[in-house]
Amino acid sequence: MAMTVELPALERTDAIATPAPSGRLRRWVRPALGLLLPVGLALAWEIIVWRGLSNGRLVPPPSKIFATIVELAKSGELVRHILATLTRVAAGFGLGVVAGTLLGAVSGYWGLARRLLDPTVQALRAIPSIAWVPLFILWLGIFETSKVALIAVGVFFPVYLGVMGAILSVDRKIVEVGRTFRLSGPAMIRRILLPAVLPAYVVALRVGLGLGWMFVVAAEFMGASEGLGYLLIDGQQLGKPAQILAAIVIFAILGKTTDWLIEIAAVPLLRWQDAFGRQGGAV
Amino acid sequence: MLVLDRLGKVYPNGVNALQHFSAEIRLGEIVAIIGGSGCGKSTLLRAVAGLDRPTSGAVTLDGIGISAPHAKIGIIFQEPRLLPWLSVADNIGFGLTDLPAKIRRERVARALERVGLTDKADAWPRELSGGQAQRVAIARALVPQPEVLLLDEPFSALDAFTRRDLQDHLLDLWADTRPTLVLVTHDVDEAVVLADRVFVMRPRPGRLFEEIKVNLARPRDRNSPLFDNFKRRVMTALDRSLDRNVPDIDPKSAAGEAMWW
Repeated sequence: MAMTVELPALERTDAIATPAPSGRLRRWVRPALGLLLPVGLALAWEIIVWRGLSNGRLVPPPSKIFATIVELAKSGELVRHILATLTRVAAGFGLGVVAGTLLGAVSGYWGLARRLLDPTVQALRAIPSIAWVPLFILWLGIFETSKVALIAVGVFFPVYLGVMGAILSVDRKIVEVGRTFRLSGPAMIRRILLPAVLPAYVVALRVGLGLGWMFVVAAEFMGASEGLGYLLIDGQQLGKPAQILAAIVIFAILGKTTDWLIEIAAVPLLRWQDAFGRQGGAV
Repeated sequence: MLVLDRLGKVYPNGVNALQHFSAEIRLGEIVAIIGGSGCGKSTLLRAVAGLDRPTSGAVTLDGIGISAPHAKIGIIFQEPRLLPWLSVADNIGFGLTDLPAKIRRERVARALERVGLTDKADAWPRELSGGQAQRVAIARALVPQPEVLLLDEPFSALDAFTRRDLQDHLLDLWADTRPTLVLVTHDVDEAVVLADRVFVMRPRPGRLFEEIKVNLARPRDRNSPLFDNFKRRVMTALDRSLDRNVPDIDPKSAAGEAMWW
């Protein structure tokens, strides 16, 4: 009894205490919460090295990493490496997404295609993708093609699995609506199944993209003259930990940004959703 | 004319859901199918809709056999089944994609007006109440102007007040183009309010038990003694249909005029 009486009263005084700015404040404070941990750690390390508690040779402080990035950027090296890596990821991601979406949709929709195709795809999926590297180099050479192929393979599986699984779990009742309006197979996929799986598809794309970034490093490890993966190897061989960390930081920034782009692009398409996450989830 | 000719359905697990169901339903007639659970009323409706195939017998509409969903047959389900990613207006226009955009927009606008949801045209389905969502579903089914509209317990998930409201509303919409309505229900009141004929079914296996003609002019007064009288008749038939000691009567001989009390 006491709870139900007191709680609304408490909330109200809260709202009065911070009237207008609370909305604006919340908009800035919420994302900033995510920065608290990394910035705090970086700052702490900076101070430790600055106070001479550690020489920071193997783990350079943020200022040194930043200086390395600036240096690379000034020489134009950075842009070249970033572009090389981005191009590979984009090409591999594009190929993997197209193949994964098409095959996933086909084997999600047609039972026969699923029975024919899915066992093979699942068997291929069980192979650690890096195991393809030697074969791809033999088949496709050591240049771009083999790298893009490896990334595409990495992206393909989560997208394929996501699309197929999502189509299989689309509500039968909604599919029946399509049937009563006599939709053809392709129309059923386009007008009912794909929109219905869109939320799951966005997740599959993000997982696929994550794997794409993972595999670009593997691809660039296997011999590249440019790219962020090359910077990593180069930094290891020449003993430049700051360069390795700079590359890692840039990977983090690029990975997060591209992931965020997918998220942003999906927002207008998913406005219809009546989901737990829309309200920001549980506090 | 919608003709159901000795329809039967045996499910793969051996359940005999429907047996020898025959009926002839004229264009513009409203028929209610009522019965205890497991009497095959939904099975029957799905066969007429072309969603499931009967194991025996046939459905014909104006002489054309129905074995798959047909343009002249619309269906409204127990749940609204709106597509959550389409606005209310796009949901209503879902079956009209073959038409030019202009005509489609006009028809959708008119349908929205008829169901009183013009202000919700751009809303998402999640923003609707249960009754509003079902009205959108009715508009979606009616807007392609079907000859036959099937309704599978369409108002059973709604509260009593909304249900009455929508029953009146449905009759109102029906009067526009006068399609044939085949309504599955378990609500005696609903059957007597809407139907020209009430088919009472009997379970295990699902079959026709009795056919009751409701000779009441529309609009029907739910509180009139005559209305009560028909309700009681349907109720009694329902009770008898569930009583194992009552033998099957030949529904044809009992049709309409058999006032056995």
